Amino acid sequence: MLTVLLLLWPVAAALLLHFFKGRAARVPALGAALVELVLAAYAAFTFNANHTGQFSYNLNWIPSAGIQFAVGMDGLSLLLVLLTAFLVPIILLAAFRRNFENEGVFYALVLFMQTGLIGVFTAQDAFLFYFMWEVALIPIYFLAGVWGGVNRAKVTFKFFLYTIVGSLFMLAGFVYLYFQTGASADGLAAHNSSLASFYSLNLPAATQMWLFWLIFAAFAVKMPIFPFHTWQPDTYTEAPAPATMLLSGIMLKMGIYGCMRWLLPVVPLGVDYWQNLVLILAIIGIIYGAIIAIRQQDVKRLIAYSSLSHVGLMIAGVFSLTQIGLQGASIQMLAHGVNVVGMFFIADAIERRTGTRNIADLGGLTRQAPVLTVCFLVLLLGTVALPLTNGFVGEFLLLEGVFEYNAWMGAVAGVTIILGAVYLLRMFQRVMLGPDSSFTATFTDLTGAELALLVPLIVLVFWIGLFPGTFLHLSEGSVMNILNEVVKR
Amino acid sequence: MHSIILLSVLGLGNLFLGFRRSNRLLLPAAMLILGLVLTVNFTDWNQGPQSFFNDMLVVDNFSVAFTGIVVLTALVLLPFSQKYVHDGEANLAEYYSLLIFSLVGAIMMVAYNHLLMLFLGVETLSIAMYVLAGSDKRNLRSNEAALKYFLMGSFTTGILLFGMALVYGATGTFVLRDISFAVQNPVNASLTPMLYIGMLLMFIGMGFKVSAAPFHFWTPDVYEGTPTFFTAFMSTVVKAAGFAAFLKLLVQAFPAASAQGVWLPTLTAMCVLTLLLGNVGAVTQTSAKRMLAYSSVSHAGYLLIGLVAFNGQLEGASANGLFFYSLAYSVATVASFGVLKLVADARAREDYNGLNGLAKTNPLLAFVMTVAMLSLAGIPLTGGFFGKFFIFSAAVENGYIGLVVFAVVMSMVSIYYYLRPIIAMYMREADDETTATPVPVTGFQSAALLLLALLTVALGVLPGLVAGIL
Repeated sequence: MLTVLLLLWPVAAALLLHFFKGRAARVPALGAALVELVLAAYAAFTFNANHTGQFSYNLNWIPSAGIQFAVGMDGLSLLLVLLTAFLVPIILLAAFRRNFENEGVFYALVLFMQTGLIGVFTAQDAFLFYFMWEVALIPIYFLAGVWGGVNRAKVTFKFFLYTIVGSLFMLAGFVYLYFQTGASADGLAAHNSSLASFYSLNLPAATQMWLFWLIFAAFAVKMPIFPFHTWQPDTYTEAPAPATMLLSGIMLKMGIYGCMRWLLPVVPLGVDYWQNLVLILAIIGIIYGAIIAIRQQDVKRLIAYSSLSHVGLMIAGVFSLTQIGLQGASIQMLAHGVNVVGMFFIADAIERRTGTRNIADLGGLTRQAPVLTVCFLVLLLGTVALPLTNGFVGEFLLLEGVFEYNAWMGAVAGVTIILGAVYLLRMFQRVMLGPDSSFTATFTDLTGAELALLVPLIVLVFWIGLFPGTFLHLSEGSVMNILNEVVKR
Repeated sequence: MHSIILLSVLGLGNLFLGFRRSNRLLLPAAMLILGLVLTVNFTDWNQGPQSFFNDMLVVDNFSVAFTGIVVLTALVLLPFSQKYVHDGEANLAEYYSLLIFSLVGAIMMVAYNHLLMLFLGVETLSIAMYVLAGSDKRNLRSNEAALKYFLMGSFTTGILLFGMALVYGATGTFVLRDISFAVQNPVNASLTPMLYIGMLLMFIGMGFKVSAAPFHFWTPDVYEGTPTFFTAFMSTVVKAAGFAAFLKLLVQAFPAASAQGVWLPTLTAMCVLTLLLGNVGAVTQTSAKRMLAYSSVSHAGYLLIGLVAFNGQLEGASANGLFFYSLAYSVATVASFGVLKLVADARAREDYNGLNGLAKTNPLLAFVMTVAMLSLAGIPLTGGFFGKFFIFSAAVENGYIGLVVFAVVMSMVSIYYYLRPIIAMYMREADDETTATPVPVTGFQSAALLLLALLTVALGVLPGLVAGIL
């Protein structure tokens, strides 16, 4: 029941926000997001890490077709629900910094999207999963399209088309799987689409080989994995900062989560067959993203490419099919969400003050803004994966997972840490150090409100870095279950 | 059956109401009539098949469900005729009565058990439409539309009738189940070619009415010239009734495997062609109204998949898919034409740029249009998604995977043109005086639009309410 509450509360709040116009919508929007965070925290405290599948709820959604409204959480779902509930208030706070037109609608869309995201992370029925997958897409399309930059119409159109085409392939795959299942539990329909019955299908390897690509298409676009990534840098750059945070901080995790929950255990033989190819693509993405990031002049674009590179490593970890790789991906999803949201917020703070994101126009911010410098540095080092920060734990586990699968691949993927340090530290040097420019002469430091927003992120950078056990413990059971399903056949 | 009688009598009453000087009573009266008929219609639900007029009409759940769609569509459409109330040129009483009489035709089409009734239904519906297409008397385009529609329409009605005559010649009967019996047990095998030619000629007639390719060429021109209010009626009621009649014909007259061997390839080919021409045609349009016309052709293609996925019954996956799709499509189409009509009336243009900046001037109109477009494109959260989902899964269940893959690719194409109004409304600024001023909308129309958007979302979130009722 708690899961249903977590799902319904944001959408109900989004509808209620209709009664608040303009700035008056800020407090209720933030309040709603905080209530959601409290609910998620309550779920985390009552969660029993020794069991899987908790807070379940089932409702016969479309009885004639055997489709259930089935939701529930295991450790992996819980981690991502926590991440979502934690980041949304921060993203809302970041949005308050900008004076958007029709603010109320903006916040309502963010909350509405939260329902879709939590739905994706908790769905236990294939069609519900697909449904929520698209529920998350529609608001972000409007957030990026209506409040974005000059080229927004074209860029968001490409984004929408890419993702929807990908997800239609996934839907086609699900429909195929659906017709392979047995009758629904109540016997009303000839087939059902529950996660459990998808897991228990033993399809021939030849079928799984093509089915893999149908399902993987949606995840590949969403994450995105090279070469399905071309929508990503443009969209991240054109979208307003809060939408970029939603896209990179949470939405991208839908793809990785999808792989872990709906791909590996459903078509294990297909995964086994294509494992090498996906790993190679992921590693190409790591290197490619990093090299292009080095050449970027736009702060936001640089972070976008760095995100592409980091996601590549997470995909590689997942497809190493090792416990350590999957655990690494679980914790790195959290770490990446925290870091990338913080980085985009700082990029936005700089842009709001100077009116530019061009690295060449910036410089010497350290002198005027020491607090911003410290915050930036912490988040940046987290992204670079310095020991004691959150990025280190995740990337270390991921790389170890890839090593376990194939040492050469692990070695090449390991370059990500070096290249990451190169482009991020270079950016830091050119933006924060060096001489002032005409843009940065009158720069002011972070305000109290901005700092209040960054402090929770920084706390998490160290928390995950110093005590990763808190989080790894939660996902351990789920990861074991997923791997058991994979190796069972 | 009650609905036919009620509509005929009250339609006539409505006509007489027009003798009064004032038009103000007409709209509430017409809405009252349709509301009453909608309620009465549902008293026939689950009463089992009831036959009337020596078995010429049979009212069963199938016909009640489709009657519900057409009456509901007409009812929610009526508020958009409000402008005519104060228009001295408009003959409002005649318009409403013609709409009501054409509904009688539509109901006959969904409840026929005798080919004569099918013919009468098609004609009752069409003749009213010919007149209404030309109702904007001083507009050349409207005249052109009426003439085109009438000439082509009467020609294909002739073909339909000829087909019926041949079928009669081969089977000796007009009653559906007797035809079915005669097809399975032919008395004279040499007449079989005549039977199938007759059947195919009937398909041409029906294909024209539902604007399936290659008999769709009239659609864009007629839709564009016809006053938008009646275009909305044409593209929803005619299509829903036409497809119900089509399915009935296949299920009750030609279910035999030998007949299927003839019509299945024919319909599959029509389906592929319709999807292709409808979607590709819509991509190249610059006028939102013409785009909707082509989109209506493409939806005929999706509905044809429902016919191809035929399971020999007026219940089960195929009939339910058609029902859900027709309902979701009708609701979304009325909403989109409704918004387009209000915008076009105020801004005197029907191209995409006429919608520029609508999100700023009229957030409600923009929102409803968005919901309608997403539904027509088949995006989840809207009824259109589950419409496609049910029809496609019915087809996959019967093994038409290739056809479904093609349809899915076509619906990817459709996203391109359905997003264009959304982009214009939300992402472009008003470009001149006309697009910067708000479009006048009455409270009544706002309520109707909101209801349509809510219905679309309700169908998309709780499809279980009507899915599988047949």
